[in-house]
Amino acid sequence: MSGSYLSQLLHGLAVTAEITAFAAVLATLLAVIGGVGLASPNFLLRGVSRFYVEIFRGTSLLVQLFWIYYVLPSFGLSLDPFAAGVAAIALNSGAYGAEAVRGAISALPRGQWEAAKALGLPRRVTLHKVILPQACIFLLPQWGNFLIESMKATAVVSFISIMDLSFVGYQINARTFDTITVYGLVLLIYFAFSQIIVVPARAAERRYRLRGIQTASRAERAA
Amino acid sequence: MIFDFGFALSIMPLLAKAALTTIFATICGFALAMIVGLAAAVARRYGGRGLALAVRFTAEFIRSTPLLVQIFFLFFLAPKIGITLPPLVAGILALGLHYGAYLAEVYRSGFEAVPKGQWEAAKALGLNRWLTLRLVVLRQAIQPIVPAMGNYFIAMFKETPLLSAIAVIELMASAKLIAAETFRYVEPVTLVGIFFLLMSAAGALLTRYAEQRLQIPR
Repeated sequence: MSGSYLSQLLHGLAVTAEITAFAAVLATLLAVIGGVGLASPNFLLRGVSRFYVEIFRGTSLLVQLFWIYYVLPSFGLSLDPFAAGVAAIALNSGAYGAEAVRGAISALPRGQWEAAKALGLPRRVTLHKVILPQACIFLLPQWGNFLIESMKATAVVSFISIMDLSFVGYQINARTFDTITVYGLVLLIYFAFSQIIVVPARAAERRYRLRGIQTASRAERAA
Repeated sequence: MIFDFGFALSIMPLLAKAALTTIFATICGFALAMIVGLAAAVARRYGGRGLALAVRFTAEFIRSTPLLVQIFFLFFLAPKIGITLPPLVAGILALGLHYGAYLAEVYRSGFEAVPKGQWEAAKALGLNRWLTLRLVVLRQAIQPIVPAMGNYFIAMFKETPLLSAIAVIELMASAKLIAAETFRYVEPVTLVGIFFLLMSAAGALLTRYAEQRLQIPR
């Protein structure tokens, strides 16, 4: 009995994984772009980024999903459920991530900018080659959690009838009322998935933290 | 005109009523989360090794799985074990447990901020463990964690629309009902969004105020 649940639930998991993958990639991109925008000296860029971040952090994910799926068509933009789900989660997680990226950029010592300027590097090159690589190492420990939060957020797509893990679980439960087995399995699958996501993120963290510490201690010696 | 202001105005009373449910669920859920989180943090720090491990794993499990699924689980599980939970109560329980797992970490960072010497000094004064915890440690542990608490309060507030899944008529559910009756999504969903935006801003201000009020004079 629970064997047949499992195969149905794993189909749901495939959908959840697909949405998580698309949303996580887009959210990471949005976070970097938004974070760079928030830290930009350009008034317009900073204003646009701030507006994006405040809107998507200040309202609820479910409200954003409904707005994108039900309201945007009134403005002439119709998205299918999958695209709407990915867009809502990416925009929402990206806004939270952008604030973290901004924090990492501003946490770097000013000397990094000044040294790059002294070397005659243009701002763009400084950002790409000096600031962002260091900010990334700084952010790695948070990135695993960021991915898990995005993965958990995908459960809301069942509100627009996408057959993800939550929705499949809901349907099986409605049919069988075998609540403990069904929801027990759903929760275990989500947990296992989160652990799979977090393992590579933690490995990357271990690998790069060493280098980060080395650079930091070298900087201390120099100081 | 895509956004009909007259219509928006006419649905305000309905939405305002539903907003009360949203606020009620948030306050009750957070009160529960504060108790659950404190109990979990105390158990992890001052309970035995077995208890600490069990609490740690449970919290990790709760934090790694979606709140929506936990809401459904609690809601459908309760009648199985002979309890009839009204949807709102099931929703508040789920919110409280979920955020309790997060708040446990917040309390933990607060405990770590209290120097060991405070325990030793309290012992020297003859206070027992419970009195030390209540009068000396908690007081100092809570002040530095107020900003993090405030953030989770606002985060929980923004997750209450998930309760619409088990037919709690909070803001989002009310907006959906209005939309289903009138075939107009623009106004109700936009108004709900604006409401959340304003309340989040108010919550951020309130957190800053609480942080200043709780400053321990030195």
